[in-house]
Amino acid sequence: MTKLQKHTSSLVIHSQTHRLKEVREFVAEQAQLHGFKEDDINKIVIAVDEACTNIIKHGYRFAENETIEIQINRNGNEFEILITDHGKKFDPSSVAVPDMQEYLSHYHRGGLGIYLMKRIMDKVEFSFQQKTNTLRLVKYL
Amino acid sequence: MSDFKVTIRDHSENIQVLDLKGYLDAHTAPVLEDAFGKLLNEKKYRIIVNCKELTYISSAGLGVFMAYIEDVRANKGDIKLSDMTPKVFNIFDLLGFPMLYDIVSSEKDAATKFAEMK
Repeated sequence: MTKLQKHTSSLVIHSQTHRLKEVREFVAEQAQLHGFKEDDINKIVIAVDEACTNIIKHGYRFAENETIEIQINRNGNEFEILITDHGKKFDPSSVAVPDMQEYLSHYHRGGLGIYLMKRIMDKVEFSFQQKTNTLRLVKYL
Repeated sequence: MSDFKVTIRDHSENIQVLDLKGYLDAHTAPVLEDAFGKLLNEKKYRIIVNCKELTYISSAGLGVFMAYIEDVRANKGDIKLSDMTPKVFNIFDLLGFPMLYDIVSSEKDAATKFAEMK
């Protein structure tokens, strides 16, 4: 077992959209370090971008001095990203996953973040405990 | 906003080009909104979006296209996307956007398609 098969790394940002670039760079670097190919790296990056964008927009409603923590854990073949925030409780059942054909034919806008996360990642799990939202994204290596 | 830039230029008398450069995300999407807003205010509805130097797009960026496409088409125009890198195309493709948008390999192809619309 190489030492990378058990590894943790994290980044904390303020809830500001200009910090998204830093998040993308952090996630890309970690995904590459753990051996993902370019296509998967690009997809994982967008899934995390979408998650953080949703937190900034909906969880914190653009309040800029709140925090978002992105923690990446590697356990064997599991690449796990835990994204935590202390914003409004997120209820995943309140968001309908769009039927893309219907969505596009009616020129909707927004609401695509969770759809993208689910298309890209192997697991997308939301939880809320002790006033903290945790989004768990998993991609298998 | 130096991570993203939009330049508006004339392709021909009735076709305008938006050159996108950099990262289009929730932070930079308003820059693209302003550019579309400007074209529509001037009643310019034949728009080619050149994505040659667009390095990244998230759903916040894709949402900008969704916001304007209906208005543009209602005025007998279109938004055609050209010169997209495979990385950016993959994101459009994940969402099924090629079904709704004309994505072509070059500005020239986009202009030809506009000519066919006459």
